[in-house]
Amino acid sequence: MKTLKFDNVYLLSSASVANRIENQGPLRGQFDAFYEDFYCGEKSYEQGEIRMLRDSFNLALSKNNIKLDDVDLVYGGDLINQLGISHYFMKNIGIPFIGLYGACSTSCLAAINASIAMQNNGVDCVATFCCSHNATAERQFRYPNEYGAQKPVTTTSTVTGAGTMIFSKQKSNIKLTQCTIGKVCDFDFKEVNDMGSAMAIAAYDTLIEHFKNTKTKFIDYDLVLTGDLSNIGLAVLKDMFTVQKYQDLDRLNDCGLLIYDIKKQNVFSGGSGCGCSMLVTIADVFKKLEKMTYKKVLICATGALLSNVMIQQKMSIPSIAHCVVYERV
Amino acid sequence: MDINKIVKEHTVKKASVKNCVSAFISGGLIGAFGQFLLEFYQSLFDLSEANSVALMVISIIFIAAILTGLCLYDKMAQKCGAGVFIPISGFANALTSCALEGKSEGLIFGIGSNMFKLAGSVLTYGISTAYLLGIVRYFFNI
Repeated sequence: MKTLKFDNVYLLSSASVANRIENQGPLRGQFDAFYEDFYCGEKSYEQGEIRMLRDSFNLALSKNNIKLDDVDLVYGGDLINQLGISHYFMKNIGIPFIGLYGACSTSCLAAINASIAMQNNGVDCVATFCCSHNATAERQFRYPNEYGAQKPVTTTSTVTGAGTMIFSKQKSNIKLTQCTIGKVCDFDFKEVNDMGSAMAIAAYDTLIEHFKNTKTKFIDYDLVLTGDLSNIGLAVLKDMFTVQKYQDLDRLNDCGLLIYDIKKQNVFSGGSGCGCSMLVTIADVFKKLEKMTYKKVLICATGALLSNVMIQQKMSIPSIAHCVVYERV
Repeated sequence: MDINKIVKEHTVKKASVKNCVSAFISGGLIGAFGQFLLEFYQSLFDLSEANSVALMVISIIFIAAILTGLCLYDKMAQKCGAGVFIPISGFANALTSCALEGKSEGLIFGIGSNMFKLAGSVLTYGISTAYLLGIVRYFFNI
């Protein structure tokens, strides 16, 4: 697969909404808004997640005085079955919508799709969003929230948050320049409590492909971020690059380790979920690009494509990763 | 490059000894607390041992269900593991947590259908095994 190059995709606006635990982490105060509890003032966790998504969408619009009618198309997704959160949110918006499922890689997947639509199909303004919620993901993929199962340290903690990015052809400070679409990878790994290791191979595959296509190395980027590999998956990935004699691995980090302080917060080995890479990109990377702290950042959102039914049938965990490059103009 | 080898190198060893010790202590404490209740009920209400056992079990179930509702049981379980999973309190937590989780989907499809989602296996195999052993015992008259 070629790396796709774009010359007219700019970030017009973005907004992030988080929850209490995220706002206690290293990115405290960087989010546009945050809620104190999982319900966010609604009746159920799912409706709380919709509320966070709606807030992030409205904030992204209002930040730059963008009118709803100016948005031509929306790409988005979440982790819940049938993309319940996205669809129930979009039913009140009235803009053409394409729902995407890439597990935790949805943040980059949506940005890639938005860029393709703008580059090739004359669409002027596209919004992308994704969200995840600790309690809704927990009850769908694992156990009931209050169930007393002893989780191993390799588990990751799903980030509760939503983010919206609005891309346009109108010039701005941050430009989306390249992207590499990943393949579904699998090495017959079955440990559902260690998804970081399962996804490391997908991140490696996509990053290597991206480096080869663009003839770049880690040193060419100010920061290379993976989505939610956690400290174990990141260590596996670093070892894989070390074997291939790649250098400057200190530029490689993981969003799951940036959003939480895994030593102080009770989050096991790091953050996960599609909100993880989305929140870190918006609340941290974009702000630092804006301030010129970074000039070029590569984000490689990773997703574990497991299905509960397949796992119960003793199948392994496939994974995927997509790369996006953001540059300061 | 062998990905399986690299993953294996980073595999975190399960803290089996630590888990066993904390399970032993916490399970033991629950057992001791049960014994205390048993004797307490016997002496206070002048009950027979069989009746006190029933009352003690109900008390433990009640406490476990309350702790689940207060969002404390899962935090305890993270530290104590099998110590709070094996006693009857673990079964109570499985029922209560599933019922709580189903609350948002209503009484029938939520609480009613979900309540035995995790505990169902215990019931299915518990009752089957009881029947099987009952039949064996009937024929062999052990």
